Amino acid sequence: MSAAELSSRTTDPSAGARWLWPLALVLLVLLCLVGAAALPWAFDYPKGLRIPAQRWIGAFVKWLTNEAAVGPIRFSDITRFIAAVIDVPYRAALNLLSTGFLKGEGSQAIQLLPPIPWPAVILLFGLIGYWVRGRATALLAMGCFLFIAIFGQWQSAMVTLASILVAVPIGVIGGLLLGIAAFRHPWLDRALKPVLDLMQTMPVFAYLVPILILFGFGPTAAVVATLIYAMPPMTRLTTLSLRRVPSEIDDLGRMVGCTRSQMTWRVLVPAAQDALMVGVNQVIMLSLNMVIIASMIGAGGLGFDVLAALRRLDFGAGLEAGFAIVAMAVALDRLSQAAAVRQRSMPAPGPWHRRHPYVVAAILIVTTGYVAGHFLPAVRHYPEAWELSTSAFWAAAVQWLNVNFFDYFEAIKNAVLLNLLVPVKRLMVGLPWAGVTAFLAFAGWRVGGWRLGLLTGALSFLIAATGQWEKAMITLYLCGISTAIAMAIGVPVGIAVAARDRLWRAVQLIIDTLQTLPSFVYLMPVVMLFRVGDFTAMIAVIAYAVVPAIRYTVLGLRGVDPRLIEAGRAMGCTPRQILFSIRLRLAAPEILLGLNQTIMFALSMLVITALVGTRDLGQEVYIALTKADPGRGLVAGLAVAFIAIITDRLISAAAARTRERLGLTTH
Amino acid sequence: MTARPTSPRVALTRLTLAMLLGSAAAVGAQESTDPIKLTLHDWTGQLITTELMGEVLKKAGYNIEYVQADYLAQFAGLETGDLHVAMEMWETTGREAMDASTATGKTEVFGPTGMKAKEEWWYPSYMKEKCPGLPNWEALKDPACAEAFSTAETAPKGRYLGGPVTWGGFDDERVEALDLPFEVIHAGTDAALFAELESAYQRQAPIMLWIYAPHWAPAKYEGEWVEFPEYSADCYNDPAAGLNPDLAYDCGKPFGDIWKVGWAGLKDKWPGAHKAITAFTIDNDEMGAMITEVDLNGKTVEAVVADWMGANEARWKGWIGQ
Repeated sequence: MSAAELSSRTTDPSAGARWLWPLALVLLVLLCLVGAAALPWAFDYPKGLRIPAQRWIGAFVKWLTNEAAVGPIRFSDITRFIAAVIDVPYRAALNLLSTGFLKGEGSQAIQLLPPIPWPAVILLFGLIGYWVRGRATALLAMGCFLFIAIFGQWQSAMVTLASILVAVPIGVIGGLLLGIAAFRHPWLDRALKPVLDLMQTMPVFAYLVPILILFGFGPTAAVVATLIYAMPPMTRLTTLSLRRVPSEIDDLGRMVGCTRSQMTWRVLVPAAQDALMVGVNQVIMLSLNMVIIASMIGAGGLGFDVLAALRRLDFGAGLEAGFAIVAMAVALDRLSQAAAVRQRSMPAPGPWHRRHPYVVAAILIVTTGYVAGHFLPAVRHYPEAWELSTSAFWAAAVQWLNVNFFDYFEAIKNAVLLNLLVPVKRLMVGLPWAGVTAFLAFAGWRVGGWRLGLLTGALSFLIAATGQWEKAMITLYLCGISTAIAMAIGVPVGIAVAARDRLWRAVQLIIDTLQTLPSFVYLMPVVMLFRVGDFTAMIAVIAYAVVPAIRYTVLGLRGVDPRLIEAGRAMGCTPRQILFSIRLRLAAPEILLGLNQTIMFALSMLVITALVGTRDLGQEVYIALTKADPGRGLVAGLAVAFIAIITDRLISAAAARTRERLGLTTH
Repeated sequence: MTARPTSPRVALTRLTLAMLLGSAAAVGAQESTDPIKLTLHDWTGQLITTELMGEVLKKAGYNIEYVQADYLAQFAGLETGDLHVAMEMWETTGREAMDASTATGKTEVFGPTGMKAKEEWWYPSYMKEKCPGLPNWEALKDPACAEAFSTAETAPKGRYLGGPVTWGGFDDERVEALDLPFEVIHAGTDAALFAELESAYQRQAPIMLWIYAPHWAPAKYEGEWVEFPEYSADCYNDPAAGLNPDLAYDCGKPFGDIWKVGWAGLKDKWPGAHKAITAFTIDNDEMGAMITEVDLNGKTVEAVVADWMGANEARWKGWIGQ
């Protein structure tokens, strides 16, 4: 950022160059209006000059998976070794929770010890809840898992839990370490930024095939894919929050003579804990978000149940499996949040069992569970007779809506389609690539200096040169509109709930639900009511992308120093002034991070929107997957990532400039 | 990580692991007791076919493991030998991925399952009132009939909901070649396709869409397939053939086989299982009946498979040479 700020300062004679912006716009419009006949190449990138990136990348992937080697060890052997390492804790968790400890494999395996009986698992989670906070958390955790059992999702849920229990710690620790390293070394931060963008915006389907080949088909490949997707927010938030640690704390650490590692682990990390816990929350949520895709590559569990239920159009069953995922997310998240703020008490003196009452209780629960399970089948497996099913109810509810209100839905949809979606789409698709590329380069130069201009121009050119322009524009239109609507909903909601603890908790539950309930679950009823097409896709994108818009607004507003608000009040500011001049302004960095994340989330939904028949880059990635063409998929995936990087860089640079002009610098 | 010199022990461990995990086929006189991994997808028919094969192989003494996998992503696993058998690969939807995979030599086709995939334009019976000439395809050329199938976005043209783009099917070409006043809209997935059908059927609203069999939909919903001019290879490849002298695709869709595919190493590792899998056949009617039992009558896949095996003992014993 410093380089960009510096160059913007030197090239910013903003007083003299105001006319440049209108000029650039006029040129673009002129090109659109008269260019089609005069400069056809500016609209359709000449086919002969296309960069054959698909072929190159395809060949590279083939080489990487088949031939790449360091000495005698092939690259795929290394990845297989990593997979084998991850497999160890995964197998252990799976044995404990789902399959029991086995001798042998497949259908000839003999069970040595059954899995932990379900009541014992529920009680164990209750015990953890009690240990980290108290009775309320214990009851919540137990309630969540009981919910899963009641709706008959126990078996699948335990399979999913096993993979989450492996993925989340790796993601949190890996993200934290990367984030700290990036905080310490600015060069690493700069190098990491585009990589994180790629990890978060590249649709999973684009790199699924190479990952399957490298890591083997099965749950470990799913864990790897989950990590790629779920880790970036942790890294980003770590770096951001460490930077925001007040300088007094930093100075204090230095004064009392902390070593470098003490400084990191005893001073900075605890001081940044609030934001770090948002990161942990994100890793849990995004990991659970991946269970659908993970189930496609052999992880099984709840994701598979969702897919299978929707293939049968059994919305209720899909919803139950979906809500089981949500219940698990809520339980894990609340437990981890409470664990972070747990007050450590001195262990009571006395013999071992006195000093470790919780360990003793856990052992008691498990042993009692096994003994009871030996005699009572109802303890071993949750009895089918006690299961609830809401399938029929949901089917009837959707049918009722469909039969009675379809015409209204149709009218709303047609109005939005004809007045908003179709005109914007037509406009975007009609834009000449050469004009847009030039304009983006200009915008980059104006807001962030020539380097940014070069970057935005080059990325935009690459999208056109690899033949992705039209699909990229459709992507931009769908995600752009959805992001705008998501922000328009999310920021006001965030403002409204930030200062109200109880309301915030309720909203938190809703957004956690939105983020972890697989979109597939509500996508099919939405298709029934709105048919396939862009409108349905837009609803799905907004429902998912509104989450970071709310979450980061609240994070920013709650982080504002209350003394400043008090000072504002003392000086006689109106509530309006306090909101706009103090709270929102000070929360601007987080809100902008929220905008960034909203865009990233919207782009990451492209794969799902492809499933309701859009014709964008997501569809291209999906087609490439079905044709087993990793080159094609990766090129389209890169185009998605480029869009993300361009918008992100422009927004950050513009924000930095605004802050500078307002005399607001972040530390 | 690899730039550092590694200790011999670590290197050895890696090498051993590499050998264990790699796809080196273990050839031996005795058949392996390792589990044969059969893939499960997310539709009922495939679950039945796979479980049927798996249970038969179990009777022959093989160790079986079912693995949930994506229909197309599974090829990566079949090629490396992480997975071994995929019981349903539809000519109509999986051909390209299957050909790309078998071309590597790491997978092979174990022959047809005996089931034929039928796919065509389909409409619910109540639409016959509005368009009495059906199921003959020429009725669709009538503007009034096309309009009966239209929506606000497509009017006055009819709306035809095609399969996902990835299914191919040449519907855009068919509409042009046969000069049908219809617009082709592609559903993104199979689930979206049937969600629209369910929605329209509940409201008795017009719909024309791509339906395939064996599937539960033709059993649950009352309706018919449109009868297009019969498919021939010439019609697809040669513009001169068929009704329209200038354009290809002026006919209906082909019937396609449903294939069994799997890891090429299977033949050496479990020769007996290879024989049994190749011998497996079942026909559309049997499968249709079983799918109906599961999806509409609420039986479990296991129960339906057990019933079939009870009733057809001689057949499956023949596959495993008993």
